[in-house]
Amino acid sequence: MRKVAIAGIGMTKVDKHWKRSLRELFGEAGAAALSQTGFPTVDALIVGNMCASDLSDQNNIGALLADYLGFMPNTAYRVEAACASGGAAFLAAYTAVASGMYDVVMTGGVEKLTDGVGGNTTLSLGKAADAEYELFYGSSFVSLNAMIMRHYMNHYNVPRDAFADFSVLMHKNGARNPLAQLPFEIKRETVLESDMISDPITLFDCAPVGDGAAALILCPLEDAKKYSDNFVEVAGISGATDTINIASREGLLSFKSTIVAADRAYKMAHISPADVDVAEIHDTFTITGVLSLEDLGFCERGKFHKMIANGAFETGGVVTVNPSGGLKSRGHPVGATGAYQIAELFLQLTGRAGKMQVPDASIGVAQNIGGSGSSTYVTVLRRV
Amino acid sequence: MSVPRYWREIPRRSRLETVRCSECGTVAYPPRGRCGKCGSNKFENYKLPEKGELVTFTIVRNPPKGFEKMPPYVVGIVKLEDGTIITSQITDVEPEDVKIGMKVEAVFRKVVEDGDSGIIQYAIKFRPLIK
Repeated sequence: MRKVAIAGIGMTKVDKHWKRSLRELFGEAGAAALSQTGFPTVDALIVGNMCASDLSDQNNIGALLADYLGFMPNTAYRVEAACASGGAAFLAAYTAVASGMYDVVMTGGVEKLTDGVGGNTTLSLGKAADAEYELFYGSSFVSLNAMIMRHYMNHYNVPRDAFADFSVLMHKNGARNPLAQLPFEIKRETVLESDMISDPITLFDCAPVGDGAAALILCPLEDAKKYSDNFVEVAGISGATDTINIASREGLLSFKSTIVAADRAYKMAHISPADVDVAEIHDTFTITGVLSLEDLGFCERGKFHKMIANGAFETGGVVTVNPSGGLKSRGHPVGATGAYQIAELFLQLTGRAGKMQVPDASIGVAQNIGGSGSSTYVTVLRRV
Repeated sequence: MSVPRYWREIPRRSRLETVRCSECGTVAYPPRGRCGKCGSNKFENYKLPEKGELVTFTIVRNPPKGFEKMPPYVVGIVKLEDGTIITSQITDVEPEDVKIGMKVEAVFRKVVEDGDSGIIQYAIKFRPLIK
């Protein structure tokens, strides 16, 4: 296996891009990423996306996006793993380069949620769950996570209000991100007084619905030195899966897929959670963010509210968490989210994250969850 | 939903019938093609118990497409008397009165209608246990 580097990245602002289509969004990110490198073209395009077939009536988006970008690679296809599509695509691209099969691979993700009409977007996102045994009963993606949140609150005797502090921190970070969908600070009351979506989850416990694309160029580490001024090493990577139906899990107080994927990725990179300087974690809902902090080894179980109050997840604390604002504030263009996380860490580790910069960041961890924990991809990046 | 797709799930949704592994006895709900515990692909039919306890729940206020007329409704996860855990709706109770740990029992109810001319979908839901 060869060592693999990220040699260039591109991201669009996350937004409700009413004037722009699926292909235009990825076209912007892809062209930007490739232009940062000296590569004239790519051998493969592996792109994450969840909802194009439902909301944009478009399949075969590998060919579509390669065509739009003006190259005809050996292979071009979509990877779909719900919210983890971006992370899963990245793992596929990593494998392609590490194995020696391809030298230059463009990966990333794109999502165009605002092409959905009426309840179609909620329905499409819900399809991350088991259609016959969860969705059939009127469950939505939010409601499954709401059941996990209520279970957590009941088990640890944590008040509902405590979760608001997580949203407040994400918005404080995202206010510094020029590409964030919701780049503004909020108060605790904003979360607690916003509309109830599925008890106990309110609107401001949720990541917003938005569009966006992020692209990454992967190549052998040896070549990155020659073809790019800024590159980082992919030091560890793993996916892990769990049952699709949350009722079939061993328990609902953690996501086993995160625990297993993180353990493997940390071992591959020869690090422990204490070595991580900056993490981009998957916070679709506040409860998802909290479980991720615990499952990644950054937070004592059931104590997140005390640790947030102590500044544990800000610079100077245990680890800087989601300086981008996370899914909550930067936004969650579903199949692109895993690619955004890795692209943001790339900026952090190359010292170009602007107002979001974590001083002297050298180890970054991205964690991308699909469904309600049915799969997770964890990637460790190292400054070179 | 197509009629065959609805029809073939009737044993699970309407009668709580599932399978258990013929080798090690592990109950699978929903059914699986291979036992996650021992790896066997031999299964026998198994009827789930009709009583259990509510593990967690939510009150859906922003429903997916097809359920627009239903909110507020309660979706819950129930641990049945044999330990099998199942997702369904909690019914015959005001949403505000639902509590974690409450005893529940299976009851046959309408879930949703496919518009004016589609099939009417039914399934087992759970209501507070009537003693």
